[in-house]
Amino acid sequence: MINFLPMIVSRSQTSNIMNFFVPIIAIILTLVTGSVIFLLLGFDPFYALYTFFISPISSSYGVSELLVKATPLALIAIGLAFCFKNNIYNIGAEGQLTMGAIFGGGIGILFHDTSAFWLLPVMIFAGALGGALWGLIPALLKTKFNTNEILTSLMLVYVALFILDFLVVGPWKDPNGFSFPKSRAFSESGRMPLLFEGLRVHFGLIITLFLIFISWFVFSKTMFGFQLKVSGFSPKAARYAGFNQTTLIFLAFGICGAFAGIAGLSEVSGPIGLLYRDISPNYGFTAIIVAFLGRLHPVGIIFASLIIALTYLGAEDAQLFLQIPSAVGFIFQGLVLFYLLGAELLINYKLTFKKTL
Amino acid sequence: MSNLILDIKNITKSFPKVIANNKVSFGIKKNSVHAILGENGAGKSTFVKILYGLLEPDEGSIEYNSKPFNINSPAEARKKGIGMVFQHFSLFESLSVRENLILGIDETMSYSNLEKKLENISSQYNLPLDLDAPITSLSAGEKQRVEIVRILLQDPQILIMDEPTSVLTPQEVESLFVTLNALVKEGRTILYITHKLEEVISICDTVTIMRNGEVIDTSSTSNFTAKSLATKMLGQKLDDLKTNYEHVKDEFNFEVKDISCEFNDPFLTDLKNISFKVRVGEIYGIAGVAGNGQSELMDILTGENINISSGEIIFNKNKIQNFGPQKRRDLSISFVPENRLGHSAVPELSLSENILLSQFPKNNFLKNGIILKNNIDDYANNVIKNFNVVTPGNDVKASSLSGGNLQKYVIGREISSNPKLLIISHPTWGIDAGAEHAIRESLIELSQNGTSIIVISQDLDELLEITHKISVIYNGKLSNSYKTNEVEIEKIGLLMGGKND
Repeated sequence: MINFLPMIVSRSQTSNIMNFFVPIIAIILTLVTGSVIFLLLGFDPFYALYTFFISPISSSYGVSELLVKATPLALIAIGLAFCFKNNIYNIGAEGQLTMGAIFGGGIGILFHDTSAFWLLPVMIFAGALGGALWGLIPALLKTKFNTNEILTSLMLVYVALFILDFLVVGPWKDPNGFSFPKSRAFSESGRMPLLFEGLRVHFGLIITLFLIFISWFVFSKTMFGFQLKVSGFSPKAARYAGFNQTTLIFLAFGICGAFAGIAGLSEVSGPIGLLYRDISPNYGFTAIIVAFLGRLHPVGIIFASLIIALTYLGAEDAQLFLQIPSAVGFIFQGLVLFYLLGAELLINYKLTFKKTL
Repeated sequence: MSNLILDIKNITKSFPKVIANNKVSFGIKKNSVHAILGENGAGKSTFVKILYGLLEPDEGSIEYNSKPFNINSPAEARKKGIGMVFQHFSLFESLSVRENLILGIDETMSYSNLEKKLENISSQYNLPLDLDAPITSLSAGEKQRVEIVRILLQDPQILIMDEPTSVLTPQEVESLFVTLNALVKEGRTILYITHKLEEVISICDTVTIMRNGEVIDTSSTSNFTAKSLATKMLGQKLDDLKTNYEHVKDEFNFEVKDISCEFNDPFLTDLKNISFKVRVGEIYGIAGVAGNGQSELMDILTGENINISSGEIIFNKNKIQNFGPQKRRDLSISFVPENRLGHSAVPELSLSENILLSQFPKNNFLKNGIILKNNIDDYANNVIKNFNVVTPGNDVKASSLSGGNLQKYVIGREISSNPKLLIISHPTWGIDAGAEHAIRESLIELSQNGTSIIVISQDLDELLEITHKISVIYNGKLSNSYKTNEVEIEKIGLLMGGKND
């Protein structure tokens, strides 16, 4: 009997060099596939790719916009690394981001007429708290009732979005806002300071870089980072070592939630300045791609966040100059993830057409 | 020769580093229950896998009904009349009995035909089944019945049963034997794989005894007693014991008192009233065939499982049954579980990093939660040097070491902390002879320095060589303990086979 469908067989040895090249291969294949798509749509692929990937960042304004988009992606992705390293699949960063925006933004709305210096720090803290609390719900459900965190964290995204929806059309609606579904604006002292005159890149970038540095330290130098790694690699060894898995799950979710919450808060107190319905173009979900594209490593995540941020900008430019729907940006994100997972599979497994028993 | 259904000639099958079957030859008579008896690792499973088409032999030939045997896959085996009931069931838990039976059939069969056939089989062989019950709701014995019926639907001539009673209650065992007898009466042949002496004597006609991949003897069971079977199965053990009792103090520092633990899981063995005491400087051995509760007991001794039903564990007057692994290490107890890769060591991490898995009070590996890399590197280098671990350095991944070297490293890591008590499971499992010798030697040396050691092992040679006291675990119960230099090997063999006289 000959199988015409290939079998997936584990490779006995995986190449370390190929492992390093996985993200690069994925990006190259994405560009190739992207060219084909552009060609089929009737565009010159080189011009289209130029419009998509080069022209958006050929001005200082463009670079600033790139950083504005990369900031939340990198911050959420590094938070997700705490979960993913521990083999916990938190898919609900978008909800944690939203909750962070609600908590921090709520403080901003409450003190909309303050000009005190403490407002922004309190908002950041509240944002972290909101995100962390939202993240702890799936942790609690997982440890108490053994529920699947993928489902619960994902479902909680929609709960958080509906809460935000309710707040901006209901109790927190701007009294002078002509019934638009948005809150009143935060006071100037509740806004993220801008880093450069005339550009939108803001203090959130500094917070993000600082937290990425802290995370790098935790991952590589501390016992806590070691425990996350061990329980991710082999739960049995973690049990043998006597690591408390429940604590690790809570900490990973709590930290990830807090980071996502800060990311949410920096969005609303940075470029946006108030609360409304669509505060995030799916940053919480896209950050999952960033985390894996960056191979859960702090430096990798920085680069990955820039690349993925570029797909957001490129999609806007493509819409403007080529009249292509901006959804093409999501296509590129999807392609990257698809090729990344595919390349990773082929590094650990090979396809064979040989007959096996 | 025509009454042989299978005639096996010089079957050899080797794997890297081990010859699992070495010139295996014997005949199986038609219409009989034929036992293959042997310890774990004797080569029984390999042989059976060859018969069922899962493995191909390197050499040798088999005649099946006086024709060359040519079976390359389980599906082919079933088609040609060889069925097999595995030790672990392969049923879909969420589907009903009926659905599982339908899924198991290779050829197409009309629904009414199937029902009729099922009814016949059920009544004929004492195999009552509730076709609509979901598999999850069935006991282990009932699940096995589904497996047997599924095989019988294909009308096999030979039925291979792999350790069929390992998950059954005594009552279920009895009803299984009724079924087997009915099957033989009908002219079928049963190949019965087991390590239980009693079962061989009570239901098998002929027995083939295997040891270290070779056939020791094939003969009618009426020629044997449980005792003589045990001796044959275990072989002539080394009588050259050099256990030294002088340094063992007459003072107990570890006691397990009446530990019981229920799991409600057919693949785990419940522990029943386990009690034993260990002296200062004593090596206490727990022998037994795999799957009789060793790993369950180990988890309780290490603190990885602290959900025991009743009982106490006392170490130096502390009651520690509720302590997790780290709290036990704080009392200077160290552990080496059976499995190296993924349990006592993380294969993806470096040797240095693996040091951090078990920390003792005297270790200075952390400061305010920050890892002191130099200190763990030093510790790792010492272990590598003192225990002759062959490795290019402390920064290579644990997975890159050979089994023996990694085991030396892990045991070295634990011994270097100078524990007061070392609990170790299968210390030389799957490693080369050189490493085996080094490890046994280091255990003896450790005990001479006053450390108590508990060794759980299936390797009886090993236990006879290094322990002072020995007991046997069988079906979750621990036997009395015996002085290793006084006990008769037959006695241990009988206890391992579940015969306590």
